[in-house]
Amino acid sequence: MDLTLTEEQQLLQSSARDFLRQECPTTHVRAMEEDEIGYSPQLWKQMAELGWIGLMFPEAYGGSGYSFLELCVLMEEFGRALLPSPFHSTVLTFGLPLLFAGSEAQKRRYLPAIAAGNLLGTLALTEPSATYTPEGITTRATPQGGGFVLNGTKLFVLNAHTADELLVAARTRDAEPGISLLLVPRQTPGITVTPLATIASDRQFEVEFRNVEVGADALLGPLHEGWPIVRKTLDYATVATCAELVGIAQVAFDMSVEYAKSRVQFGRPIGSFQAIKHKCADMVVDVDGSRFITYRAAWCLAKGLDATKEIAMAKAWTSDACRRVCASAHQIHGGIGFTKEYDLQLYFRRAKRGEVLYGDADVHREVVAQEIGL
Amino acid sequence: MDFSWSPEEEAFRQEIRDFLQAELPKGWNETLVLDKESDEYIQVAREFTRKVGAKGWLAAHWPPEYGGLGWSFWQYFILQEELAIADAPIIGSNGPKFLGPTIIRYGTEEQKRRHLPGIAKGEVLWAQGYSEPNAGSDLASLQTRAVQDGDEWVINGQKIWSSYAHYADWCFLLARTDPNAPKHKGISYFLVDMKTPGITVKPLINMAGTKGFNEIFFENVRVPKDALLGEKNQGWYIATTTLSYERTAIEAPAQAQRILNDLIRYAKLTKRHGRTLAEDPLVRQRLAQIAVEIDVARCLAYRVASTQARGEIPGPESPANKLFTSELMQRLAQVGMQLLGLYGQLEFNSRWAPLKGKIERLYLTAVSRTIAAGTSEIQRNIIAERGLGLPR
Repeated sequence: MDLTLTEEQQLLQSSARDFLRQECPTTHVRAMEEDEIGYSPQLWKQMAELGWIGLMFPEAYGGSGYSFLELCVLMEEFGRALLPSPFHSTVLTFGLPLLFAGSEAQKRRYLPAIAAGNLLGTLALTEPSATYTPEGITTRATPQGGGFVLNGTKLFVLNAHTADELLVAARTRDAEPGISLLLVPRQTPGITVTPLATIASDRQFEVEFRNVEVGADALLGPLHEGWPIVRKTLDYATVATCAELVGIAQVAFDMSVEYAKSRVQFGRPIGSFQAIKHKCADMVVDVDGSRFITYRAAWCLAKGLDATKEIAMAKAWTSDACRRVCASAHQIHGGIGFTKEYDLQLYFRRAKRGEVLYGDADVHREVVAQEIGL
Repeated sequence: MDFSWSPEEEAFRQEIRDFLQAELPKGWNETLVLDKESDEYIQVAREFTRKVGAKGWLAAHWPPEYGGLGWSFWQYFILQEELAIADAPIIGSNGPKFLGPTIIRYGTEEQKRRHLPGIAKGEVLWAQGYSEPNAGSDLASLQTRAVQDGDEWVINGQKIWSSYAHYADWCFLLARTDPNAPKHKGISYFLVDMKTPGITVKPLINMAGTKGFNEIFFENVRVPKDALLGEKNQGWYIATTTLSYERTAIEAPAQAQRILNDLIRYAKLTKRHGRTLAEDPLVRQRLAQIAVEIDVARCLAYRVASTQARGEIPGPESPANKLFTSELMQRLAQVGMQLLGLYGQLEFNSRWAPLKGKIERLYLTAVSRTIAAGTSEIQRNIIAERGLGLPR
């Protein structure tokens, strides 16, 4: 039992923190909210040079061969910095399924290009049904001439606007399991990408497929048996989201403690009042609890253990706890925190986005219920 | 980062389980559920505690010269988990858990050799003499006096909320030794034999109808010079060390897990409105939330234990775990009562009471959890002031 980060992980953490403090201050975050693309391609290049994009890919595919734990250390820092980037879409929801289930040719074709920062991808999974279950998928891939024809509408697709490739979860037969994964170049005729306006000002899209034709080599993993790959991908992406939430909550908490020490009312710092102290104390349990329950799930995944329960527990707790922390942060800050000019709102909005991504606490509590024998 | 146990630790856990299976009374915590304040329970617990003590397990992480086995702190942690999940009848855990570490840190060599082996063997039971009728959360305002008279100290005053004092052999207590000093700087820490003339113990009955804590009256109680632990007037600092160890709550997640396991079993076996409670989405959400909170508490406990394993006094992570687990225990009791519905009101060990009425008893006794060893409000103050540096 050892809850500390290794020296190497600490080094990764501190170098990421220093780099992002320099390159991704909240002025940059705000600028990117208004930006057409929504992130800085130049910063993405720098991330590639730092080896972050291919962190978890084996060296044979241009990566650094680190484990998922290191990736979570990085995600926590991305959360702290509110880093706008295609990391989540490209690495977690596109690169990982390729790594898990891609053919040798597919891995060689995509992974080194991703790690070098030259190729972006994303997962087109959710639909207007807004669930993470195979039953929610109606987009259809019909066999035709050795390949497939795609028809349907995907919703909440992250960074579809700049993705070179879409990994599409489509129904290839009515009976379950009937989901297949297809690699589709975004420029293929028949694809329409329409932006959604979201609470966190991230870049999510409606992606419409109308008679989109792809070849037989588009298939990732076995025909009809794509769901286990999706499931595994979601497991990793869920824990990575928790790690990002931990970073978000940590900063909202740190800002609150600083504010409580410096803001004077009734002739004394408001942090000397127990009403404020006690809020801060509760935030400690929420933030620390989130961090440890998240890293426990990450550790299980990195060790290749069955982590269904641990992942669901991490997301159930972290979703609620990080929302609570951000809400308490606003209460401590009072009116100033409610202004757009003050940075706190940036965290509050992203905490809600992280809460609903991959299912909120209710969804994951149901998984926990199944796991504890109910 | 490593959340696994070593093969040796796993083996030790198994050894404890085997021991418990062999040694616990038949039907323990299932068909045989005793009132923990009853004479019968205390008799069983004294014997059982000695058995565990005889194996050297109660303080296995202490140095051998003081009755320990020189094992790692994590083994002590594992033992606490297993004892708690089995609800094993252990009495006097305040000795190994928080008085012992205090004596190890502040005691003279003679005090260590005199007191620690008895604690490690589970033979000598201790009561805590901290609170007074007018010194609760504001403990440092305590009024019990200790005056030097030749080679002796003379103690006068009254303590309250002293758990186990009605059968304890010894008492560790705080008394004022300099009434003119600022309140935190005039307190000393004493180790007092409860058989000393002038000590009267009066049990208090709690809201669950049982006697667990007491008033202790000290009337011209004369104790030897070496009853003083640490230096004169340094008692407050020593007492906060004791409290840091007392508040670790490392056993609490396992205690909660045992009760949750009972409730899960009950939910699966109990039908209401044509389906089992376990099939009710609301019940599933409530029990799952408790399961999540228990695992969060487990992680917080690992963190506390990490500090202790490094040989350090637990910092603000200790009150954080105490705060969280004590409130969790009350939420758990409430969820249990919600599950039981009308049956929840049936008293402990009474006719028709599901789970032998354990949940009803828990619902009542859990009230004390956010008060004993420092209220939740005090824990939050400590976390905010000592942990976060917020101004007083």
